Amino acid sequence: MKKPLGPVRRAFSPWDNPSEQPFIEFCNVTKRFGRVVAVDDLSLKIYEREFHALLGGSGCGKTTLIRMLAGFEVPSEGQIYLQGQDLSGVPPYKRPMNMMFQSYALFPHMSVTKNIAFGLEMDGLPSREIKDRVYDMLALVRLEGFAKRRPHQLTDGQRQRVALARSLAKRPKVLLLDEPLAALEKKLREETQLELINLQEQLKITFLIVTHDQEEAMTVADRISLMHMGKIMQNATPGEIYEQPNSRFVAEFLGDINVLDGQISKKQDDEVQLYSSVLGDHLDVHYPTPAEVGDHAALAIRPEKMRISLDKPEQTDINAIRGEVWDIAYMGDVSIYHVKVAETETLRAIVANTTRLVQRPITWEDQVWLSWDSDAGVILLA
Amino acid sequence: MLSRPSWFNITSLVVGFSFLYLPIVILIVFSFNDAQLATVWSGFSTRWYGGMLQNEQLMQAVWITLRIGLTSATLATVLGTLAALVLARQGRFFGRSLFSGMIYAPLVMPEVILGLSLVLLFVAMDQNQGFWTIMIAHTTFSMCYVTVIVQSRLSEFDRSLEEAAMDLGCPPVRTFFHITLPQILPGILAGWMLAFTLSLNDLVIASFNAGPETTTLPMRIYGQVKLGGTPEINAISTILILLMTVGVILASVLTKRQRLKRMEEERLAAAHL
Repeated sequence: MKKPLGPVRRAFSPWDNPSEQPFIEFCNVTKRFGRVVAVDDLSLKIYEREFHALLGGSGCGKTTLIRMLAGFEVPSEGQIYLQGQDLSGVPPYKRPMNMMFQSYALFPHMSVTKNIAFGLEMDGLPSREIKDRVYDMLALVRLEGFAKRRPHQLTDGQRQRVALARSLAKRPKVLLLDEPLAALEKKLREETQLELINLQEQLKITFLIVTHDQEEAMTVADRISLMHMGKIMQNATPGEIYEQPNSRFVAEFLGDINVLDGQISKKQDDEVQLYSSVLGDHLDVHYPTPAEVGDHAALAIRPEKMRISLDKPEQTDINAIRGEVWDIAYMGDVSIYHVKVAETETLRAIVANTTRLVQRPITWEDQVWLSWDSDAGVILLA
Repeated sequence: MLSRPSWFNITSLVVGFSFLYLPIVILIVFSFNDAQLATVWSGFSTRWYGGMLQNEQLMQAVWITLRIGLTSATLATVLGTLAALVLARQGRFFGRSLFSGMIYAPLVMPEVILGLSLVLLFVAMDQNQGFWTIMIAHTTFSMCYVTVIVQSRLSEFDRSLEEAAMDLGCPPVRTFFHITLPQILPGILAGWMLAFTLSLNDLVIASFNAGPETTTLPMRIYGQVKLGGTPEINAISTILILLMTVGVILASVLTKRQRLKRMEEERLAAAHL
């Protein structure tokens, strides 16, 4: 299965094509548990062969959403369609999709072979074919030597692969993955993420993954739906959701970000000027925004887009502010500088440690300049 | 910390164990007594074990007791498992606390009252007392024990296993037999064993509900002892004790060995990363 990562993944963006029919569609789906609203009037379209990630903290409704798709929960309101067919009333054992559970849910009293064959036996396939398919699946997840083992005789990583093989054995139209890698240690998890991507390209089926790990979502998914309190806050490709967050929540959920509150003081097309009262300074931003002069807004800049220097930058078409180094977090590959730019405002700049110098030119309590390009930041309204 | 036991510890251990087991030891010793009188030792003999087998009344009582035990334990296991499934799975439904209260009531209800109420019921229903009435009575009071055991097993059961089975195309009833039942089987078997033992031991409820033709072994033993115990009773009691002991040891050895094997295999799996 381990083929080299191809040159570039094919340009795949059916969501931009208005004539494309969604493969899975959630239409105004609401799910209540008693008085708690787990999923709140949510609509979402997922396309064929898409790798879609539902990302969010615990209790955001992502697991409820995937469980409704699998048929384990019934929506309180709204419909779910698969290839245009309404799924309401279809029991889980008749839905052409399979799920990989967070706990793997391997049947402890059955061998690896029996576990993988279970779904095929339920379909009443001839035993000859079951045998072949189980063998293919074992080869796919590289567990040929473990066919006769019981689940408790396997390591976590092997169990995870058995669960994956079992959920793929029936060749489902959609594979649902509920926090599939949460139990694996970091290194194995990263490897498995790449394997999942390759597997999805190889099998050409639609994957829907639920995860709380933003790096995992960014790594594997074509598109990410970031969920919060039963709603989708933003549904976009990893690049868009990171570089063009539509709200402060999304910006702050994904990675680290500096947010400066202010007021729009000047605007001409996409050239915006924001006045920050904390800094007492006007900041230039190149970003399309519906905001008008006088509106309250915030400027958000990722720390890795900030530059830090001892001398004032010579360029004049960039933003540059003075500050004092308050703290330095050395992470090995990068260092994070916390720079106090006002009494109540500290901004962070990430600098890659490209040389093997332990002694850095900039250190605690140095007076420094923070600078960034006008198109590095994002205007947030909410 | 392994330290030398103090004299106090040794004494309390000896006193405690004697209190528990001395009567049983005496019973076993006297079952090998040659004398007719149960209280005077007059030499070793196994003749009462032979005599016991010749005693038709005693053997009939054994046979009835076994039949009642087997049928009532089986019935109690089926009903108790169903009750446990409802309690563990149905979530909150109208009358749940009443239902669970009524299931568990026989655990604390005095046997005399349970026996008496069943007699009144059978008389009102105009049923002849005999095998069936004792069997039903035993089912009634042993069912709650099965429910307790199976319910605790169910509470450990990972429900995602059932969901996984259904997700793979298995309808609910097949899921129960393919996935749920094998997982809770140890609990069900333990419940059956307990119900069987309870039925075997019961004197009070059986006495209330027995007919003239159905004397169970505990009833027979009790009756004989009141007339002055015979060594035959000691002999059959010794055999019962032996059977119980072997059963308990076997069960604990089996589960312990299974657990050790499992732990060893898990260790090996982790080592061969």
